[in-house]
Amino acid sequence: MSTKGKKVVIAMSGGVDSSVAAAMLVEQGYEVVGMMLRLWSDPGSEVYNRCCTPASMSMARRIAAQLEIPFYAVDAKNVFKDQVVDYFIEGYSQGVTPNPCLMCNRHIRWEFLLNKALSLDAEYMATGHYARVIHEEGQPVQLLKGIDESKDQSYVLSVLNQSQLSRALFPLGEFTKTEIREMAESYKLPVAKTKDSQDLCFLGGSNYASFLEKYAPNTSTPGQIIQKDGNQLGEHNGLAFYTIGQRKGLGLSSPVPLYVIEKDIQNNQIIVGPMEELGRSELSAGAVNWVTGDVPDSPFAGEIKIRYQASNSTGVVTPIDSDKFNIAFDQPLRDITPGQAAVVYQGEEVIANGIIEGENELARDIIPVELVSK
Amino acid sequence: MMSKNPKTYLDYAATTPLDPRVFDVMGPFFTSKYGNPSSVHTFGQQAEAAVETARESLAEFLNCSPMEVVFTSCGSESDNLALRGAAFAARQIRKANHILISLVEHHAISHTAEQLSNVFGFDLEYLPVNEYGQVTGESVKERLREDTAVVSIMFANNEIGSINPIREIGEICRGKNIPFHTDAVQAAAHLAIDTSTLNVDLLSLGAHKLYGPKGIGALYIRQGTPILTTQTGGGQENNFRAGTSNVAFIVGQAEAFRLSKEEQLNNHAHLIPLRDRLIKEVLQIIPDVKLTGHPTDRLPNHASFVFKNVGGNELLMMLDNAGFACSSGSACKTGNPEPSEVLNAIGLSRDWGLGSLRVTLGKYTKDEDISRFIEILPQLISDNRKMRGF
Repeated sequence: MSTKGKKVVIAMSGGVDSSVAAAMLVEQGYEVVGMMLRLWSDPGSEVYNRCCTPASMSMARRIAAQLEIPFYAVDAKNVFKDQVVDYFIEGYSQGVTPNPCLMCNRHIRWEFLLNKALSLDAEYMATGHYARVIHEEGQPVQLLKGIDESKDQSYVLSVLNQSQLSRALFPLGEFTKTEIREMAESYKLPVAKTKDSQDLCFLGGSNYASFLEKYAPNTSTPGQIIQKDGNQLGEHNGLAFYTIGQRKGLGLSSPVPLYVIEKDIQNNQIIVGPMEELGRSELSAGAVNWVTGDVPDSPFAGEIKIRYQASNSTGVVTPIDSDKFNIAFDQPLRDITPGQAAVVYQGEEVIANGIIEGENELARDIIPVELVSK
Repeated sequence: MMSKNPKTYLDYAATTPLDPRVFDVMGPFFTSKYGNPSSVHTFGQQAEAAVETARESLAEFLNCSPMEVVFTSCGSESDNLALRGAAFAARQIRKANHILISLVEHHAISHTAEQLSNVFGFDLEYLPVNEYGQVTGESVKERLREDTAVVSIMFANNEIGSINPIREIGEICRGKNIPFHTDAVQAAAHLAIDTSTLNVDLLSLGAHKLYGPKGIGALYIRQGTPILTTQTGGGQENNFRAGTSNVAFIVGQAEAFRLSKEEQLNNHAHLIPLRDRLIKEVLQIIPDVKLTGHPTDRLPNHASFVFKNVGGNELLMMLDNAGFACSSGSACKTGNPEPSEVLNAIGLSRDWGLGSLRVTLGKYTKDEDISRFIEILPQLISDNRKMRGF
């Protein structure tokens, strides 16, 4: 694919990954434009949103100036609050554990920001994610894992559809994090030596607990910890503070180790049980995105990640309709968590993303992605 | 590898390029004539002579006495010194506690006034503006009080270009013996500033709006105006502003003002037809557009608009991408899209106020720049609206 003079918008954060990605694109001959999102933070903690602190904004500006590319800050506070933060709050309020980064990628980066890029007549948008895309004329765009398995971010990109992927470039996907750090040095980029953080950007300085106390008070109301048969064993501090599969910190005394098996939002109860009750071999997922654009017509074997940090598990995926699939795992899993995404791979390739369903459903329907065409 | 489009600069109200003639007169004061004007020796004398010559030159521009000119680091510093200094002095001398400013002041005034109110307990009152963002003499008259410490009303608005009736307001204030300040940073780049007839006591200037260097400004302090210095130290600038004089910039500023006055009529003859053509055609060609600010009582180089259902920040980005450097009413660089206080004050609703655009021309603006601008703008506006679902 010829790069000469093609316009690419790079989503910048001031961090090492997106900065190196920008430098690589410039070197590859693209006409590069930097953009950075201003996202919503809990009021009062704006300077802590790690995606867009004033410090990271000025770092991104410096890097853009060094690369001699234009740079624009794009305000996304309202749309981010509506589509990402509220999704997170609603999810917790309904007793599931959502992953807001998925919504951010689908609607903020790869819809809202991509539309800004398209409005500047950009052909592509790039991010500093560790993943790969294969653009072949006349073929569906393939989304592949990054070469560096330990850094692979294809999980959070599995929400993208074909029209989004056809505009996507991930310059870092062919490299390891170590190589990227070396490139940052050889490009002499003044990137901050900050550690990668796994915290949600919009929590700012606060933690989950105090954030949810403020925005989803029903999830931090104390309630009962019970067994399946209804026998009360203790009290919990609020459903938000527990995750499926958790054993420590329950404050229970029991001859056998007990785990969180289910969170019952209606009755504000946590249901615990021994290891045997925790393991599940099946899940149903909804709000499915078939990355390739095709709904397979028969069950197929795949590898599945049930959360961002999980390792792959093997199983058989049965498509139900364009919106749903079921998975039967070869081995039971301990921490299948409603609200998280089950991402299906075949080898390197991302096949599908579905939101794990449970007793409690996310009330919010999928909002369709709309890209502007001129 | 900036965009391959040639860049056309249409943001002269933000700043201007340094005139090469100004650059030339500044040069020697960096390298050979580097003395400190406060020193006794000949190096110092040489520098002092340059500073005092510059003061005379600026006094000529203002039609005032050289001792009424105080050099500062910028227009914002001049505003700070004027408002703070006059407020504190008035409180000290006559227990005055009331500050009167307009709703459309530059932040250098409004934020200073807010601090004087919030931290120092002054009673801050805002003067309303008409639909063009102008203050009337009548509304000043209604609000002046015995204990008014200072009144501050900008000469011409940076965002929407409207010019205020400064002479008339000054006359009202002088009648009550209340110090009157005006921020003339934008106005002085284009209008004759004659302090002998303007009825102002304090007037702020900055050099970089008229092809002078950034980082230098001045404050006119009418003789006898009570003012407390806000930067204490070595007693420079007649005890009004301590700090070693920035000789090269002071010299450059004076030259920029001298040239500006000399070339004012020529510049008007160049700018006004360009501005009027721009305004006329934009209003004609683009649907759902309004001119902001007064149609005729406005700066000769200043055109400002609001477009309904347009995102101002995105529009600036698209314009830059198309090769035109413009500005909006809002703090665009940080990405904050909220409508500015000025646009709120003139009563624009959100769907209009978010879509502001300021196009300010200068002596290097060419007729074909305006032609190309008018040619591309309609498409960008329509793309922008489409992107926002309109």
